[in-house]
Amino acid sequence: MAIMTDGTVPARGTSATKVAFFNDPKVRSLIFQGLALALLVFVIYSAVSNAVTNLSNQRIAAGFGFLDQTAGFGISQTPIAWSESMSYGRAFVIGLLNTLLVAVVGIFFATILGFIVGVSRLSPNWVISKIAYWYVEIIRNLPLLFQILFWYLAVLAAMPTPRNSYSLFGLFFANQRGITVPKPIFEAGSGAIGIALIVGIIAAFAVRSWARKRQAATGQQFPVVSTMIGLIFGLPILAYLASGMPVSFDYAQQGRFNLAGGMTLIPEFVALTLALVAYTAAFIGEIVRAGIQAVSHGQTEAGRSLGLAEGRILNLIVIPQALRVIIPPLTSQYLNLAKNSSLAVGIGYPDMVSVGGTILNQTGQAIEIIAMWMGCYLTISIVTSIFMNWYNARIALVER
Amino acid sequence: MKRIVSTLALGAALGLGATAALAQAPSTTLRNIQNKGFVQCGVSQGLAGFSQPDSAGNWTGLDVDFCRALAAAIFNDPSKVRFSPLSAKDRFTALQSGEVDVLSRNSTWTIQRDTSLGLNFAGINYYDGQGFLVRKSLNVKSARELSGASVCVQTGTTTELNVADFFRTNNLKFEPVVFATADETIKAYDAGRCDVFTTDASGLYAERVKLAKPDDHMVLPEIISKEPLGPVVRHGDDQWFDIVKWTHFAMITAEELNISKANLDQMLQSTNPEIRRTLGAEGNFGEALGLSRDWVVRIVRHVGNYAEVFDRNVGPSTRLGISRGLNALWNKGGLQYAPPIR
Repeated sequence: MAIMTDGTVPARGTSATKVAFFNDPKVRSLIFQGLALALLVFVIYSAVSNAVTNLSNQRIAAGFGFLDQTAGFGISQTPIAWSESMSYGRAFVIGLLNTLLVAVVGIFFATILGFIVGVSRLSPNWVISKIAYWYVEIIRNLPLLFQILFWYLAVLAAMPTPRNSYSLFGLFFANQRGITVPKPIFEAGSGAIGIALIVGIIAAFAVRSWARKRQAATGQQFPVVSTMIGLIFGLPILAYLASGMPVSFDYAQQGRFNLAGGMTLIPEFVALTLALVAYTAAFIGEIVRAGIQAVSHGQTEAGRSLGLAEGRILNLIVIPQALRVIIPPLTSQYLNLAKNSSLAVGIGYPDMVSVGGTILNQTGQAIEIIAMWMGCYLTISIVTSIFMNWYNARIALVER
Repeated sequence: MKRIVSTLALGAALGLGATAALAQAPSTTLRNIQNKGFVQCGVSQGLAGFSQPDSAGNWTGLDVDFCRALAAAIFNDPSKVRFSPLSAKDRFTALQSGEVDVLSRNSTWTIQRDTSLGLNFAGINYYDGQGFLVRKSLNVKSARELSGASVCVQTGTTTELNVADFFRTNNLKFEPVVFATADETIKAYDAGRCDVFTTDASGLYAERVKLAKPDDHMVLPEIISKEPLGPVVRHGDDQWFDIVKWTHFAMITAEELNISKANLDQMLQSTNPEIRRTLGAEGNFGEALGLSRDWVVRIVRHVGNYAEVFDRNVGPSTRLGISRGLNALWNKGGLQYAPPIR
C-alpha cells in the first residue's frame, strides 16, 4: 500500500509531513544505498583481511620485494637486454613488452586483412566474395587456442631442420627455429639517422597539412604522397651517407645446432601472430562489411551525379561515414586481440602470462603476480579504449 | 518496516556467511580427511612410473602408491584417495589453498619452497638429478657440447633454473623454449623445435617412451643437479606433517626389516623387538600419530614396503627399467634412510 502512495505524496507536497520517515523515497534510497555500500566494503574488507591472516598463518611472504631478486631463468625472446642474473621485475617487463609486441603487430595486420576481407565480401566478383564468406564462417567458428596450436604445429612441420634451412642469398634463412635476418649494428654516429627519420616524419605531415590548406583556399593541388615518401625515406638515407655509413650488419652463420648471429623471429611469435591476425580479421571483416552497408546507397549515387570518380566516392564519401559505424566495435576487437594474446602460454611464447607464471611459480607470490597481470591488461585495454574513443570523436559527424 | 528489517537480516546473514566461508580454520587436516572419508592427493598430469592413469582410469605409480599408503594408514583402505592432476605451475598453489591435502608429485625439495612458499617437505621418496635428452643424429657425447642449442623445458620447475645455471656456469649459450605442461614440452621437442629436452632423469626415461621413435634419442651422461623429490604438505598442521613423514619412513623401515606384503603374517608372529615395535605389537606409536596401533601393518598389507613399490612402478622389470642407485637403502649403498620407530 505504502509504495503506491509514495510516488504521489511528494507531488502533492502538502501532506509530505504525514509520511513516516521510512516511507520517504529519499530516505529509503539513502538507506538502501548506504546498506549496499556497507555490505560491499565489509565483503572486500573480509576478503583482504582473511587473505592477509591466512598468508601470515602459513608464513607465506607478501609484498613486491621479490621483484628485485635474481630471476635465474632464460627467456627465448627478449626485446631488451636480458641475462639470467637480472631481476624478476625485469623479466616481467620483458614479458609485458612481448605481449605489447604481439598485440601491436597483430592489430596492424588484423586491421589490414580485416578491411580486405570486409571489402571482398561486398565485391561483385562471385569467387572473391565467396572466398571471403567461407573464410569468415570457418575462422570465426573455431576456438582460438585450437587455431594457435594448429599454426604452431603447421609452422614447425612445414619448416626444415636448422641444418637444411631455406636460404635466400645466404642472408635470410627460415627453419624450424624461426626466420633469421641480418641484424643491423648501429655504430657511433648512427644517432643522426634516427633524428633524420623523426624530422622526416614531422616534415612530411607538415607538408600534408600545408597542401590541404592551400587546396582548400586556392584549389591548387600538390603531389603530397610522393613528397611524404621522399621525406620519410630520403632524409634518413641522406643522413646515413653523410655520416659515413655507420651501420653494419651481423650475418647469420650455420652453427652446430642453430644459426648463430643475425636476428631471429621465433616460430612461437610467428604462429601466435598468424593465429591472432587470422582470427581477429574474420571479425573485423564483418564489422567493415556492416559499416559499408550502413552507408545509404543514395550517398554513392549522389557522388556519381556530381561526377566524382569511383575511388573518390569510396575515399571521400563512403569510408568516412562507414568509419563512424566501424570504430566502436573495432575497438572491442582490438581489446580482444590484446587479451587473447595471453593464450601464448599454450605454445611457449614468452608473453606476460607465461613469464609471470614462471615468476609466480619460482617465488610463490600468487596474489602479487595476478594483481600485476590484471593491472597491466587493464592499463593496455584502457589506453587502447581512450585512443579509439579519441579517434571516434575526431571522425564523428560534425554538426553545424 | 518489515522489508527494511528483513533486508538488514539478509545483509547480516550474507556478511556472516562470507566471513565463515572466507576464514580458514587452522590445522586439523586429519580430522577433515576422516570426516570427508578420503585423502585428496595432488599428482602429476601423467608421468609414467610416478603418477599416471592406466587405460581403466586407475592411477598408478610411485607417487600414487604413497597416497594410497596414506589412505591405508588412515582408513585401512588404499582406495579412499582421490587424485587431482596438477601442472608444475599450479601444484603449490593448489596445496597452499587447501585444494589438496598432500602433494605427491615428483616435486623437488628446495629451501625456497620449504620457507617462503609456506610448505613442508615430508621426506624424499625419490633421489633424482637433472639430465638431457638429445637426438642420436646430432652426435653429441656430452652436455658441454651443447652451446647454441635450443632447449625445451617445462615452466615452474627447478629444471628451468638448473639449465640456465648450467649453461651460465659453463659459459655456453642456449635458447630456452618454455611450455606450461610436460606434454606440450615433449611434443615440441619431438616436432623438432628443440635440440635438447631436459627434466629430471627419471622423467627423461618416462617421457622418452612417448616419443614417435624413442630409439632415435639418447640421454646424455651428465647429471647437472640434485633433485630430491618427495611429498609436500602446507605449514600450520604439525600432526598431519608427522603422519605424512612417518608414512614414508614406515615404508623404508619395512624394507629394512624385510617386512613385505608376502611375509606380513609371519612377521606379526616375530619376536624381534624392532619388528614388534614397527608393527604395533609393542609400544603404541600409531595412536601417538593420531592413527591406529597397526598403521604400519595397514600400509604394508595394502601397498607394500618401499622396495615393492619401487620395483612395481619404476624398477628394472618395468618399461622404465630404473635401477635402485641412490634410492637403495643406506646399508646397501644408497641414501634411503629412516629414523628408528621407537
